[in-house]
Amino acid sequence: MEKHAKPSSEPFWWALFGAGGAVAALCIPVLLLLTGLAMPLGWVEAPSHAEALALVRHPLASLLLFAVISLSLFHWAHRFRFTLYDGLQLKHLEALIVVFTYGGALVGTLAAAVVLWPF
Amino acid sequence: MSHYPRYKKYRPKLYRARVPIFWWVHRWVHVRFILRELTSVFVAFYVVVLLLLARAVTQGPEAYAAFLAWLATPVALVLHAVALAMVLFHSVTWFNLAPKALVVHVGKKRLPGAFIAGANYAAWAAVSALLAWIILWA
Repeated sequence: MEKHAKPSSEPFWWALFGAGGAVAALCIPVLLLLTGLAMPLGWVEAPSHAEALALVRHPLASLLLFAVISLSLFHWAHRFRFTLYDGLQLKHLEALIVVFTYGGALVGTLAAAVVLWPF
Repeated sequence: MSHYPRYKKYRPKLYRARVPIFWWVHRWVHVRFILRELTSVFVAFYVVVLLLLARAVTQGPEAYAAFLAWLATPVALVLHAVALAMVLFHSVTWFNLAPKALVVHVGKKRLPGAFIAGANYAAWAAVSALLAWIILWA
């Protein structure tokens, strides 16, 4: 046994998990209700393309969108990693799972940056 | 966490009995725990949809119209209905846990948990109303 615990990156991932969980809990139900059900079912009218583009290109709105997407993905990465460990008893595949989860969140974050970059 | 146990082969000190994959199906609290953890999959699903929607918007009116048409297909509607139930479960469990994660003292008194949970629900309502207003009217 080591005398001193090795410095761990766990607090960093946990902080992203917590921030993402809070942002997702606050923002996602209303967004999902609007774009996933209310607009397609005609309960409310979807914004015109010009309105939607103005929203996506608005500096503050696009920054918010980027934060919601990226933090939510890191929330998923952390929580799903431990679901696989505990639920499916896959602790022995740790390296693979870490690459799949945090790597996936990183790829999604880069994709969001490319889409939302205002040029 | 001070010590993070890692599995190593051939170390009897760290032997653990094998646990079956479906250990959690026998008790409702365990099923609920796994369901809560799986809400994260639907959170990820929706932000990917949101990103694809934003991409379609940047690609032009045709791509945007095509994406809206996909959102209205039965498969997309069912996926979103299930996802909505799951993200609502995420929000409720998240806010109900908040008082346990967040201990606030005013003077020497600890703020009651119901107050902290209530503040979270109020913030949820305010953020939801603001986002709906921005998307639909601003």
